[in-house]
Amino acid sequence: MRKKRWLALGLMLLLVLSTALAACSSDEKDDVKGDDKGGGEKKEKTLVFGRGGDSVSLDPIATTEGETYKVTENLYEKLINFGEQDTTLNPGLAKSWEAAEDGLSYTFDLQEGVKFHDGTDFNADAVVKNFERWMNGDAEKFPYFKSVFGGFKDDKSLVIKSVKADGDLKVVITLKQPQAPFLKNLAMSPFAIASPTAFEKFGDKFGDNPVGTGPFKFVSWKRNDSITIEKNPNYWREGLPKLDKVVFRSIPDNSTRLNDLLSGAIDLADGISPSDAASIESNANLQLLKRPSMNIGYLGLTVTRPPFDNVKVRQAMNYAVDKQAIVDAFFEGQAEVAKNQMPPVIGGYNEDVKGYEYDPEKAKALLKEAGYDGKEIELWAMPVPRPYMPDGKKIAEAIQKNLADVGMKSKIVSYEWGVYLDKAEKGEADAFLLGWTGDNGDADNFLYALLDEDSIGSNNYTYYKNSKTHKLLIEAQTEVDEEKRNEIYKKVQEIFNEEAPWVPLAHSTPLLASKSDVINLLPHPTGSDRLENVDFK
Amino acid sequence: MLHYIGKRLLQLIPVLLGMTFIVFLIIRAIPGDPAQVILGQQATKEAKAALRASLGLDNPWYIQYVNYLGDLLTGDLGESMRTKATVSSELWPYLAATFELALFAMILAVIIGVNAGIVSAWFQNSWFDYFAMILALIGVSMPIFWLGLMGQWVFGIQMDLLPTSGREDARNPVDPITYMYVVDTIIHGRFDQLWDVLKHLILPAIALATIPMAIIARMTRSSMLEVMRSDYVRTARAKGQNMFWVVYKHALKNAIIPVLTVIGLQMGLLLGGAILTETIFSWPGIGRYIYDAIGYRDYPVIQSGILVIAFVFVMINLIVDILYSFIDPRIKYD
Repeated sequence: MRKKRWLALGLMLLLVLSTALAACSSDEKDDVKGDDKGGGEKKEKTLVFGRGGDSVSLDPIATTEGETYKVTENLYEKLINFGEQDTTLNPGLAKSWEAAEDGLSYTFDLQEGVKFHDGTDFNADAVVKNFERWMNGDAEKFPYFKSVFGGFKDDKSLVIKSVKADGDLKVVITLKQPQAPFLKNLAMSPFAIASPTAFEKFGDKFGDNPVGTGPFKFVSWKRNDSITIEKNPNYWREGLPKLDKVVFRSIPDNSTRLNDLLSGAIDLADGISPSDAASIESNANLQLLKRPSMNIGYLGLTVTRPPFDNVKVRQAMNYAVDKQAIVDAFFEGQAEVAKNQMPPVIGGYNEDVKGYEYDPEKAKALLKEAGYDGKEIELWAMPVPRPYMPDGKKIAEAIQKNLADVGMKSKIVSYEWGVYLDKAEKGEADAFLLGWTGDNGDADNFLYALLDEDSIGSNNYTYYKNSKTHKLLIEAQTEVDEEKRNEIYKKVQEIFNEEAPWVPLAHSTPLLASKSDVINLLPHPTGSDRLENVDFK
Repeated sequence: MLHYIGKRLLQLIPVLLGMTFIVFLIIRAIPGDPAQVILGQQATKEAKAALRASLGLDNPWYIQYVNYLGDLLTGDLGESMRTKATVSSELWPYLAATFELALFAMILAVIIGVNAGIVSAWFQNSWFDYFAMILALIGVSMPIFWLGLMGQWVFGIQMDLLPTSGREDARNPVDPITYMYVVDTIIHGRFDQLWDVLKHLILPAIALATIPMAIIARMTRSSMLEVMRSDYVRTARAKGQNMFWVVYKHALKNAIIPVLTVIGLQMGLLLGGAILTETIFSWPGIGRYIYDAIGYRDYPVIQSGILVIAFVFVMINLIVDILYSFIDPRIKYD
C-alpha cells in the first residue's frame, strides 16, 4: 500500500514536470560548456536603467511610443540633434545645413567617415533611401511620418517634394510649401537614419534587428523584461560612449522600481513619483535628477456642453481653481503653475498673459452673471498617473472642493484609460483632466495640436473652435521668420486666455533618480535621453 | 482510460469554441479604439480610418469572428496589432516565465499547505491548529502588492538577501533556450546563474503561493477531519498503529481527493491570474502580457492569449481527473 501511494505521488510530480518540459524541444544532455562564467572582465561598465514599460519596436519610425525612443535614441542618430537639455538645433549626422530664403529647400552637409553598425557607409545615398522608405509607407507602418510631414508619397498633403543626393555627402530636400518647424521635426527621435542594407534585408522584422550609426549597438531583447545594448567600438565621435553596456529593464510598478534602485539591482530609474523625491534626496547613495519640463497638465472644458458653452462659466472655473495649492499638494512642489497652454521653454511663450489668480469671489460673480443654473457637472479624473498628472483622482477631489466653494456641484467620474480617451475624444466629458508632453519643442505642437479646430476628433477634446486663432495658427505653420512666428503665437495665447477653453494647471518636472556614482546624465525634456556621455565615478 | 481521455479532449472543442466567442464579443463591446492606441495621440482621423480598414476592423463583427476562427483552424493565432509580431511567436517566452513561477509557487503551496492542514487536523483545537488556521485566514486576505513590496523591502533592501524584482541579474543575463531559466541555466551548465535565478524566484513565488497555500491548508484540514472520524481510522488506531502512519498513510489517502481538485483549480488560476505578482516583481509573464494588451485594445493578443490559458487550464484539470484514479482505485474511467 505504502509503495503505491508514493508511486501515485511520484506519478503526479512526473506529470506536472513533464508538461513543463514538454515544450522544451532541445534534449537535455549534460552539455556542460567551458568555464565562461563571466570572470576575467569584471571591470565592464554596465548601466541598468529601470523604466515603466517596454519598447514596442526598435525601429523608431514604426511607433509613436516614448519607451521606444528611450532606446533608439542611443542606437541611431538623426541629421540634426536637439541640445543637451533643450530643443535648440545642433549638428547630428549633418555637420551643417542651410535653408533657402523662401523656406522651400534645405541643403545638408553630412559627416564624413561614419559607418552603420553593420559596416554600411553612411552617406547621402543612405539618407535618400531612408526618406524614400518613409514616404513609400503608410499610416500603419509609419504613423508619425504622416502627422509630422502631412502624408505619404501619393498624398497632396505631403510637404516634402523631393529628397536628392548631391554628391556623396550632400543632401537637398525641397518642400512643396514652407514648414516652419521642419528642422525641429527632423531632430525628433522617429526620424533617425537607419542602415539601408539592414532595413532592406529585414523588412518587417527590422524592428527586432535595429542597425543605426549610434554610440551603442543592439545586443538582445527579452520582451517585457530587458533590452541590452553595448558600446559601438567604431563610433565616430572620439572617446564615446563611456559605458560598455546599457540594460533597459521594464519595471512597471513605481514602488518596485524604487526598491530596485535602493537594493542596487538598477543604477537609474525614471518615472519617480513626486512623493518619493524627499526620501531620495535624503539618501546619500542616491541622487535626484530633474527633467526640464516640456508639458502641460490641464482641466479641459468641453465648450459644446452646457454650462461650458458660456465663456463666463469657463472664466469662472479659471478663477475658482486654486492651482498653487494643487501644485504644492500633489506635485510636491515639483511643478510650476501654468497660465498658458504651453510651457515657458517653448519659443513664442507669452510672458505677458495675465492668467487667472485664485479668486473664488470673482468666480461666484461670473457664474451669477452667466446665469449658471446650479446643475451638477461631471468632473473626469484620469485613471493613470502621468508626469503632468501624478494623481488624477486626488487632483479631481481638490478641484471638486474648489468648485463647491463657488457653488458648482460636481461628480467625479473615471474610466479605464482607453475608454477615457475614447469618450473624451467624442466630446462626452463636461470637464476633464488631461495633459500633453511636447514632441519637438515647437509651439505648433501644443497650440495647434491641442486647441485648433483641425484637431477636433484627435487632440482637441474641448471641441473649441475659433476662426481667428485657426487663421493665425495656419499662418504660423508656414511663417519662416522666427520672430514674426513667435508674435503670432503670443497673440493666440492671449485669445485662448480670454476664451478659457481650459484651466491650465501645471508644468511639471518629471523626476529620475540614480545611484550617486552615475555622472553626466542630462535628462532631456523630450523624455529620450542620450547616454553616450554617461559614466560611473 | 485512453477512451476517456479521448472523450475529454473532444469535449474541449465546444468549450474552447464557446470561449473564443464570448471573449471576442466582450472585448469588442468595451469602448476604445485600437487604431487610436496604436497611432498615438497625434493621429489624424483619416489615418485612424485607414488603419482600421487595414486591420479589418471596419468589417461587421461576425465577419471578423469567422475570419478569426478560420485563422485559428490553420493554427494561426493572429498578429499583435501593436508589435506586429505573430502572437504564437510572442506567447511562448511569457508562458514559460509564468509557468516556471506558478510551478514553484504551487510546489511551495502544496508542501506547506498540505502539511499544515494535516497537522492541524491531527492536533485539532491545539495551539498549532489555531495558529495555522489564523495564518491561513490572513494568507487568504493578504493583498499581494503589499506582501510583495514588504518582501522586497525586508529581504531585498534591509537584509540584502534576495533580489527585489525581475527574473535574473541584468548584469549577468541568462541566454534563453526554453525561456524557463532554471532549465536553461542547467542546460548551459551555468550553476552560478542557476543560483541567481532560483533566488529571483523565491519572493514572487512566496507572494503568489500565499493564497493557494492558505486555501489548500484549510481544505486539507477539513477533509482530513472528516476522514479521521471514520471507522477505519479508529480501527487502525485501536490496533495500536503508529499515529504518524495512520495519518499520513491511511487517512491522507482518502482525504487528498478534494485537495487535489483544489490544487488543480488553483494551478490554473496561478497561470492566468498572476498579473499582480507579475507587475510587482516585474516578471515578464503572460498575465501582464494580456493585461497590457487589454489596455492597448490589441484584440488578437487578448483573444489568443486567453484561449491558450483556457487550454492549459482545462488540460491541468484533465490531469487532475486522471490522477484521481491512481490515488483512489475505486474511481475508474471506462
